[in-house]
Amino acid sequence: MNTLNEKPNYNDDIVKLFTIATIFWGIVGFSVGLFIALQLAFPALNFGEYLTFGRLRPLHTSAVVFAFGGNALFATSYFTVQRTCRTRLWSDGWSNFTFWGYQFFIVLAAIGYVTGITQAKEYAEPEWYADLWLTLVWVVYLVVFMMTLKNRKEPHIYVANWFFLGFIVTVAVLHLVQNISVPVSIFSTKSYPLWGGVQSAMIQWWYAHNAVGFFLTAGFLGIMYYFVPKRAGRPVYSYRLSILHFWSLIFMYIWAGPHHLHYTALPDWAQTLGMTFSIMLWMPSWGGMINGMMTLSGAWHKLREDPVLKFMIISLSFYGMSTFEGPLMSIKEVNALSHYTDWTIGHVHSGALGWVAFITFGAVYHLVPVLWKRSGLYSLKLVNTHLWIATIGIVLYIAAMWVTGIMEGLMWRSYDELGFLRWSFVETVQAKHIPYLIRAFGGLLFLTGALIMVYNVVRTIRGDTAGEAVQDMVHDTPQNNGQNAGQNAGQNAGEAVHV
Amino acid sequence: MSKIEKDDHTGVETTGHEWDGIKELNNPAPRWWLGVFVITVIWSIGYWVVYPAWPTLSGDGERGGTTGNTGWTQYSQLAESQAEIMARRAAYLDRFDAATFEVIQADSGLYAFALAGGASAFKDNCATCHGTGGAGASGYPNLNDDDWLWGGTVGAIEETIKFGIRASHDETRFSEMPAFADIFAEDEISDIADYVLNFSANTGFPARGKTLYDEQCSLCHADNGTGDRFQGAPNLSDAIWFYGSKKGEIEAQIRKPKHGVMPYWNVRLSDSTIRQLAIYVHSLGGGETE
Repeated sequence: MNTLNEKPNYNDDIVKLFTIATIFWGIVGFSVGLFIALQLAFPALNFGEYLTFGRLRPLHTSAVVFAFGGNALFATSYFTVQRTCRTRLWSDGWSNFTFWGYQFFIVLAAIGYVTGITQAKEYAEPEWYADLWLTLVWVVYLVVFMMTLKNRKEPHIYVANWFFLGFIVTVAVLHLVQNISVPVSIFSTKSYPLWGGVQSAMIQWWYAHNAVGFFLTAGFLGIMYYFVPKRAGRPVYSYRLSILHFWSLIFMYIWAGPHHLHYTALPDWAQTLGMTFSIMLWMPSWGGMINGMMTLSGAWHKLREDPVLKFMIISLSFYGMSTFEGPLMSIKEVNALSHYTDWTIGHVHSGALGWVAFITFGAVYHLVPVLWKRSGLYSLKLVNTHLWIATIGIVLYIAAMWVTGIMEGLMWRSYDELGFLRWSFVETVQAKHIPYLIRAFGGLLFLTGALIMVYNVVRTIRGDTAGEAVQDMVHDTPQNNGQNAGQNAGQNAGEAVHV
Repeated sequence: MSKIEKDDHTGVETTGHEWDGIKELNNPAPRWWLGVFVITVIWSIGYWVVYPAWPTLSGDGERGGTTGNTGWTQYSQLAESQAEIMARRAAYLDRFDAATFEVIQADSGLYAFALAGGASAFKDNCATCHGTGGAGASGYPNLNDDDWLWGGTVGAIEETIKFGIRASHDETRFSEMPAFADIFAEDEISDIADYVLNFSANTGFPARGKTLYDEQCSLCHADNGTGDRFQGAPNLSDAIWFYGSKKGEIEAQIRKPKHGVMPYWNVRLSDSTIRQLAIYVHSLGGGETE
């Protein structure tokens, strides 16, 4: 029997590092995003060679997806796997290597972007040398995670860890297949891909779509499955649903990539498969939302008091919305209108800002007091301020992109009564100016919210946690584990820690 | 260690597992969730029957896949959706293609058709260099004035669009002003520039400027600076300048001239579209009659 006193000596230092990196790269990614949004509204902001939209756009996407999102996944997976396996993370040395190795990859990739070294593959822009390095880091990540699972002191593997493991393994496969290329020479940054033509396009979108599916969905569902029940102090709604939607999600997602290539050189049959599997993916995706939301039944009142939990639930709402919107957009007739328009940009941002960033913010707010052993956050009021500023920012952003996307989609296909195209491309760009300003303003709000989080986190780490009326709910510090877990798990208090 | 408990709030049993205080309820997956999932699967199977859906082992079929029972392809859909638009054009197109420019210009319906088609094609193909209103920019001719480098009749404009200028087409028109940096001394270039400016500005000039111009420049640009369309030599006597009106800019053009390239549009745009474009450009303000 394990008791409080036998609590393993968890490696929280590595989680602290990744948490700080998450916040740091988040600010970088959001700032660059705001800047390139302004460049789209005001093209004069494209200065010189290194700071043009073409160079900064992949910097933004990679900073947000791989730097912000990636570090968040490292932090939360390392935290979760230790707690739910009741064992210390395997190998301090190798887990430290994953931290510094991953940061080095980010910097290596970023330098490539601004200096124009690129494979020109979306979300896989880094050239061969950076890809090789990332492969090494990723394999070590997999080994660290697997070895920790192997050392677990719990008989079963918790659902969050299935999702983390699915994410780590699949991303490794995606990365390897997508980036197979032949360098011009060992001293050259340039390489040529093995795949050509339509095969290259198919591999590209198989990769990129599953980067969304496994990096940004499966991985972040792992976060959800630990932090939502933990924060709500309620059991996960349905074990059976988690099994069903895990396996259906893993199986369906991998087929959906061709929906990015509707009405192209890709054969019709492959397009059909991509589209139908996207439709079938709708419920497997929603399984995670249902399980997360329903976990709150019996704890809905906590939403009123706890803005951190609000972050998580709003995040699940955005997740549900964008995983409905995705299958919708994969339907050929809808895609004929939406493809290549800003609707796509709006869609990815409802996922990236609403789902990925919000669940991350929730996790960070939960983690920081636990990791730095504070009684709570510096200010829950500021968390609430962050929440609403960021939510308004996202809504403005998405609404602006729906308007521009549908508008330009309709303008592109508009013919006059004599059968000639009514609008030129540049006229459709000019028509988007005002919504582009609104989008940039939405981005500014989102960034402002994140800066409030930085302030709150810094004050919390410094120990300024006094003077908060509503006590933050921390139930993981060694001193108060039993007591707080009791409060939060309601009637199951006593048993919660005596397993 | 497994201990199945009853959740007091919902009355549902847990699975008996626990991780870091987190338990799981043994609720079934919601029926509506399963139901909708099954419906999407059935719908997909139906879709596979109707449309091309699965690769065939033999590699036969619609680009290596099953054909679907309707014979639909994306190419047939494209043709179908374009058919209605093509029908709108067809009301004029055959007559337009058969008619000469004179006939078109005299027929208000055909002329309006040509202007609409030309304007549409111009915005997507020509505006990048010549501007949405055809006003041009430095190095890109203004199409609204009557200053034509290679001719301003509809026929001449059509030829320019079709084969381009200094383009890679065999029938393109080509001319190149020599670089005079090694032929003239700097002060001679200055004098020539003064003389060239004098055509339109009457600012006076040194005698040597005229002498040198008459010797070296007049062959193409003509004695009075009016240029020569046969060679695409710009008219220097109007106040319209291609690469700038300042003396320094004119000197730079004498030393080492810049030469623009207009791409050819033959084949890339249909003959019909090129004729529409020619009529549209001709209508912008400076069109000349034969």
